[in-house]
Amino acid sequence: MTWRHDFSPPSLSWRFIPIWRRNFLVWRKLAIPSILGNLADPAFYMLGLGYGLGGLLPQVAGVPYMTFLAAGTLCYSTMNSATFESLYSAFSRMHVQKTWDAMLNAPLELDDVMLAELAWATSKSVLSGVAILVIILALGLSHSWLLLWTLPLLVLIGFCFTGMALVMNALSPNYDFFMYYFTLVITPMVLLCGVFYPVAQLPAFLQSAALWLPLTHAIELGRPLVQGELPQRIGVHASVLLAYGSASFYLALVLVRRRLLK
Amino acid sequence: MAVSTGEDLLPVLTASALRKRYGAKEVVAGLDLALAPGECFGLLGPNGAGKTTTLRLLLGLTRPDGGTISLLGLPVPDQARQARVKVGVVPQLDNLDPDFSVAENLMVYGRYFGLSDAAVAARIPELLEFADLTGRADAKIETLSGGMKRRLTLARALVNDPDVIFLDEPTTGLDPQARHMMWQRLRRLLGEGKTILLTTHFMEEAERLCDRLLIMDRGKAITTGAPRDLIAAHIEPHVVEIYGGEEKPDCAASCQRQERVGETLFCYATDPHDLLAQLQQQCKLRYLHRPANLEDVFLKLTGRDLRD
Repeated sequence: MTWRHDFSPPSLSWRFIPIWRRNFLVWRKLAIPSILGNLADPAFYMLGLGYGLGGLLPQVAGVPYMTFLAAGTLCYSTMNSATFESLYSAFSRMHVQKTWDAMLNAPLELDDVMLAELAWATSKSVLSGVAILVIILALGLSHSWLLLWTLPLLVLIGFCFTGMALVMNALSPNYDFFMYYFTLVITPMVLLCGVFYPVAQLPAFLQSAALWLPLTHAIELGRPLVQGELPQRIGVHASVLLAYGSASFYLALVLVRRRLLK
Repeated sequence: MAVSTGEDLLPVLTASALRKRYGAKEVVAGLDLALAPGECFGLLGPNGAGKTTTLRLLLGLTRPDGGTISLLGLPVPDQARQARVKVGVVPQLDNLDPDFSVAENLMVYGRYFGLSDAAVAARIPELLEFADLTGRADAKIETLSGGMKRRLTLARALVNDPDVIFLDEPTTGLDPQARHMMWQRLRRLLGEGKTILLTTHFMEEAERLCDRLLIMDRGKAITTGAPRDLIAAHIEPHVVEIYGGEEKPDCAASCQRQERVGETLFCYATDPHDLLAQLQQQCKLRYLHRPANLEDVFLKLTGRDLRD
């Protein structure tokens, strides 16, 4: 009989907002180092690799390497932020600090808590994406109005990777467990999905593998926008991100219900 | 303002034939309980008796395998969320937000109840006063002592002005001063007409605070009643504990019941006069004469075997 409740669809309500505000208040206290991390880390990557490696390359896919790399970094940095927040920070709240338990004693449901985690990690990852946009504008790498369309894309990327990471959070016995996810999921994505070079450079079997990874689809949308072009097959790429995010979020919800409401 | 109506007589919380099973183990095995408004009800039992699971069931945090629960007139777990609007919970382990100050903890928790920032802000001074934390509004959680954290957790549970307060082992780990302070606060809440359900290992705590209690073991209620009545029903009024490894006198004739635990002999007597006279002749013996208490009842009913 509890089986039916574990698998019921998410019950979505505005009650997630006070929880989102709680996380925002914590973030605000650490805002300066957090924003610095959002800006400085990817900026060094872009400057180091962009000048260092870019100087050796004539052009990549028709644009200066720095511009090519900027679009990759935009998507990759957003993914990273969503992932870290939904693994380490969400796990601290759920398992270590028992913040979720305190919330569940109030008139809130686990579904409210999970929706809040989804909304919060997505918000935070959008913010780190925006930090990259600031760097892109500051370095004069793009002047296109199409760049504004990366904002909804950042939301979609945040949603997708938060959902995926929340599955790991629901399964994890401790912080060390997340290493599996980084080694087996995140690292292959960073290296195979076109962050640093076009996917077309890879042998055919790796290209087909990359097609299954959501970051590839994020970059397929983000790179043309940064370069001032309209992406191709927008519907397909957006659907892949949406599907990964929704399916993962539902799975995470079922798993976490079984974990905490037993 | 509080006009007494017929509704006041209805139980605040009832559970009947409650069951919860984890794998092969039935952790709650057919439990019935009812809390009257304004009473302090204690749930007692050794480790693993099913106390915490019972609390989780009553709050709607886990679904029972059988039985029914009604909390503040609402069916649990189906409408548990609505019921929790008027419930306060003090968990076994403090889960205050370590990133926040004392006042921020109260503010953020109040928002979970849908209260406006202004409403919570107006309530914070009296909550701080209640927790004896006036002047510590901006203190970080890590700077608070164990007793202060516990009182803040209690104040946090009152942010929504609840009708019922659940406390899971509220004084475990506190020093005697902090424990007495906590008891005083709980009595004040009872004086204000709140209903309290608490679990505890401390018989002294249960005896002092609870109007009624239920002793449970292996998921079942063993007995229920007022502390004084339970003591009178199960234990002779006088207890004499005789210590030491020396040869003990034969007390069988001068007491109703005796029990040897390690090197200590417990004698239970209706009239201890003869027994005490007998002991006074053996000046080398160390002994203690005391009235029967709840711990005697607890140990008699649940046994002396270790449970963890």
